[in-house]
Amino acid sequence: MIRAQVLICGGTGCTSSGSRKIQDAFRTSIENNGLADEVKLVQTGCFGLCELGPVVIVYPDGTFYSRVTPEDVEEIVTEHLLKGRIVERLVYNDTGKDEKVVGNVALGDTAFYKSQNRVVLRNCGVINPESIDEYIAMDGYAALGKVLTEWTPEDVIKCVTDSGLRGRGGGGFPTGRKWALCAPNKAPQKYVVCNADEGDPGAFMDRSVLEGDPHCVIEAMAIAGYAIGATEGYVYVRAEYPIAVKRLQIAIDQAHEYGLLGKNIFDSGFDFDLHIRLGAGAFVCGEETALMTSIEGNRGEPRPRPPYPAVKGLYNSPTVENNVETFANIPQIILRGPEWFASMGTERSKGTKVFALGGKIKHTGLVEIPMGTTLRHIIEDIGGGIPNGKKFKAAQTGGPSGGCIPASLIDTEVDYDNLTAIGCMMGSGGLIVMDEDTCMVDMAKFFLEFTVDESCGKCTPCRVGTKRLLEMLDKITNGNGTLEDLDRLEELCLYIKQNSLCGLGQTAPNPVLATLKFFRDEYVAHVVDKKCPAGVCKNLVSYKIIADKCKGCTKCARNCPVSAIEGSVKNPHVIDQSKCIKCGACMSNCAFGAIIKE
Amino acid sequence: MKSLAELQAIKAKMKDKVILREGSGDIRVVVGMATCGIAAGARPVLNTLVEEVSAQSLTDKVTVSQTGCIGICQFEPVVEVFEAGKDKVTYVKMTPEKAKRVVEEHLKGGKIVNEFTLGGQNL
Repeated sequence: MIRAQVLICGGTGCTSSGSRKIQDAFRTSIENNGLADEVKLVQTGCFGLCELGPVVIVYPDGTFYSRVTPEDVEEIVTEHLLKGRIVERLVYNDTGKDEKVVGNVALGDTAFYKSQNRVVLRNCGVINPESIDEYIAMDGYAALGKVLTEWTPEDVIKCVTDSGLRGRGGGGFPTGRKWALCAPNKAPQKYVVCNADEGDPGAFMDRSVLEGDPHCVIEAMAIAGYAIGATEGYVYVRAEYPIAVKRLQIAIDQAHEYGLLGKNIFDSGFDFDLHIRLGAGAFVCGEETALMTSIEGNRGEPRPRPPYPAVKGLYNSPTVENNVETFANIPQIILRGPEWFASMGTERSKGTKVFALGGKIKHTGLVEIPMGTTLRHIIEDIGGGIPNGKKFKAAQTGGPSGGCIPASLIDTEVDYDNLTAIGCMMGSGGLIVMDEDTCMVDMAKFFLEFTVDESCGKCTPCRVGTKRLLEMLDKITNGNGTLEDLDRLEELCLYIKQNSLCGLGQTAPNPVLATLKFFRDEYVAHVVDKKCPAGVCKNLVSYKIIADKCKGCTKCARNCPVSAIEGSVKNPHVIDQSKCIKCGACMSNCAFGAIIKE
Repeated sequence: MKSLAELQAIKAKMKDKVILREGSGDIRVVVGMATCGIAAGARPVLNTLVEEVSAQSLTDKVTVSQTGCIGICQFEPVVEVFEAGKDKVTYVKMTPEKAKRVVEEHLKGGKIVNEFTLGGQNL
């Protein structure tokens, strides 16, 4: 009889910080201590707190161990599992309050999890994603059963429409309306496509859902198939997500075995089958028409719309395409009703949103919060704030297609419309936090480099336009820009936005436009003063030694990789600017604070 | 899968296995599992409690867990029952047989088994 369960995170984050070794160590140790019949080991999906991985939770107590090493395992087994004594030093119990809490804190009371509302991620980190039985125990496939045995396709579409669910991939198109547009179109074959080609740098929401709860995507796709009259579906997932692909395939096989995919599901006469297609790494394939072209076996390029996929999509047949996170909401909406879903969030953005927190923030990881939560709450309370006492400067939402929210707007309630109103975009949910050491021009340049690389080249505004934008940004960060360049930059941005064929080009200038809007003074500093206020752009930065403070210890000269520092012992040193490569090694090695960057 | 009943059967079969992770349950049963407890035979007591709670279908409201030494080593194995809004009940010198009765009479029936409690001993 099992009396305790040890849940070990098997998401990509924890796997890369060594959770497989920990799993092996637990297996050995539990065996050696004769606990194999009493303690069960479960590999789960992502818990969300990737920063503190590898993560281990011991139930029934719900003790949350963070940053566990293989050496810690024996202690957890002999102390906690055998003797019931919690291993204090490994427990994560940060409640966000000042007083230090000793011992076990319920996971729901910790600062990171307290204000989260896990709908999409409800099973991630709770069930074993490779076990269909555990998914069923958590009400899995009950929504599909209900829909197939009791509802008409119109009922399903009405339920989804009433819930107010909008596409989570970034566009925010109402999901119910998308299905309703496709349903009446007559065709011998229709398709349901799941977009799991999560390409934004720093975003990993969809990966975690596929890794932690693959069955819910399968169930939702079958429901969508029933609603629109499709009998076949494709999941287009990046090849860079090997764990997600593996678990999804296992889940599909299990669903087939149980008759939850295939012919005559629930004896209703409804057939549905699912295939996986691997993306080869092109960002543009996250765009719906390019994605379908890629599934068809052609080069991943977008095509003009209309006709929309609801009319002519995959293989020229009516198709519904939704993002992983959108699908993951569906079974819960069916089971708990559209009113329940619509009770969360703001007036025009219902439900929750998953964000991948990254960048300069203490708790890097995955959080799910109701729409309308303020950015301040996400960053300061859930994310634990900015490390090293630095100041918050801006947050980038929507990756290379989005914009930045400056510190002055930190109290913005995050939903589709508020972000659009300030010139940002929700995007798929990547949230990159930047502190005062980030140069906004350099940041815009980084994302532009990405879109220049990823532009498919089919239309000129995007192919040539983004390249010219990047060249202008290069010029500015090298200190050769003029004020006219700023105007030209803006003009070209607007031109690209209006004239590009697909979403990639239409949104590619957003990082430049948003930084120009909120951080124009930084651009001006680069152009007029030839200075980079954050000290990032190397050509605009120089290191200097203050002669008064320099003791002549020679440490900087010895650490300089290019021998650019001259001076004799006990005499002030000097940096030869022509040789200096601005690596900063001198400054970080100086014990007297005698080296400054300006 | 041909019917909802089939799905329901799998759910019922699995529910016990995952409920442990929900940590719900109004009643917490804690077994002292320090060296003194283990030496006095706490492990069979703990395992019996887990098995009986499951056999009596009480997993929805009872969580069985373990703790360290609470300081009355001469009375081990010690089992404590915590229930919201009620005083803690401490059972001492437990055996698997006594554990069965605690599950049957106290956890299921709601009646404290006085003769096994600390207060019920002739000190």
